[in-house]
Amino acid sequence: MSGENLVPSASQTVGPFFRLGLRESKIIASSTARGHHLRLICRVFDGAGDPVSDAAIEIWQADADGRYRHPDDLQENTIAVDPSFRGFGRAFTQDDGSCEFETIKPGRVPAPSGSLQAPHFNVSVFARGVLKRLPTRIYFAGESTNAEDTILAMVPEDRRDTLMAKPSPHDPTIWYFEVHLCGERETVFFDL
Amino acid sequence: MIQPYRRHSPDSQPSSLYEPYRATVLRAPKKPPIFVPHTLSEVTGPVYGHADISPTDSDLTRQHSGEPQGERIIVNGRILDDGGLPVRHTLVEIWQTNAAGRYLHTKDNHPAPLDPNFTGAGRVLTDENGEYRFVTIRPGAYPWRNHNNAWRPAHIHFSLLGPSFITRLVTQMYFPGDPLLAFDPIFQSIPDERARQRLQASFDLQVTQPEWALGFRFDIVLRGREGTPFEDHR
Repeated sequence: MSGENLVPSASQTVGPFFRLGLRESKIIASSTARGHHLRLICRVFDGAGDPVSDAAIEIWQADADGRYRHPDDLQENTIAVDPSFRGFGRAFTQDDGSCEFETIKPGRVPAPSGSLQAPHFNVSVFARGVLKRLPTRIYFAGESTNAEDTILAMVPEDRRDTLMAKPSPHDPTIWYFEVHLCGERETVFFDL
Repeated sequence: MIQPYRRHSPDSQPSSLYEPYRATVLRAPKKPPIFVPHTLSEVTGPVYGHADISPTDSDLTRQHSGEPQGERIIVNGRILDDGGLPVRHTLVEIWQTNAAGRYLHTKDNHPAPLDPNFTGAGRVLTDENGEYRFVTIRPGAYPWRNHNNAWRPAHIHFSLLGPSFITRLVTQMYFPGDPLLAFDPIFQSIPDERARQRLQASFDLQVTQPEWALGFRFDIVLRGREGTPFEDHR
């Protein structure tokens, strides 16, 4: 590699018509995948509290053993790769601002410090009116390992709740997550 | 040991809030994003293979029984990282209007004709050199209600995954010399003029095929990795 670096191309909004070109894939892990199966239901709201019906959410996650299906994950593979697990999902919001994924609870992945991260989904939010992808994470409310997570520790304590999915009181396999693009309950987004 | 990606240079990217693009007002976060290090979660990302793509996916003029209306064009280019290295075998997805400026989408009410022979969606994987190529129809400009007499310049939406979660990029390709660019708040949301220019394809006579189609070149740069391992920076 030599000389001066190029400048990455500028982001532009996905606009309202992304359904034409982007394909939805709501099944991140199919029913035979190893792990705790769950439905993740996301809802997206704007600064007025109104549902956003033209947003796309993408999820990237580790499998139940905390491994990413990617060549950069060099963790020792003592268990065969699970063909029912894809690790990536993309869903588009409906009129009520909601979309959902079928997946499993991700395992813990290594943190730079040598410790382990708490289980989390890596999330990208796109929408009309969103000029550049908004990266965030979804953690699990009530998960004891959240206290050890080095990324969560960088988020002011009073805003960590915006990153927590909450279980349904009726069905522990259903988890809800709200994205507030702005406003009082603005979700924490990351500068990656 | 995680090799992190280089951070964006200031002004090369739009801010989330750009008031002339009205939809940003209620949709842009008002708090600054929280700076975090790159972990295994960020330096990995979805991988696609040739099994996910069919040959007609990259020729938008051959997806129906007849030929679409409009000016046939070839759009090709390279996907590079910011160190100049090709991004190989990465998924490039596009979508666009037909020649009349109409999207095949239930929410597009622009009173321009749909074309039964044109969907306006394509996908392809880059090759060994990071090159991609689409055959399509030159898209049309269309009105939107952002402000009085607002028209979007003709554009093609591009979606790229790149090798990791970090490199995810959605952008738009514009056509050189389009007079509507000066009035388009989405294009103008990019602060740096050179960064704006890089979203304009260039006409390319080498790519142009005699008696058949005009050629345009559109290169895209994704974020690349820092040369030195993460631990050395802490």
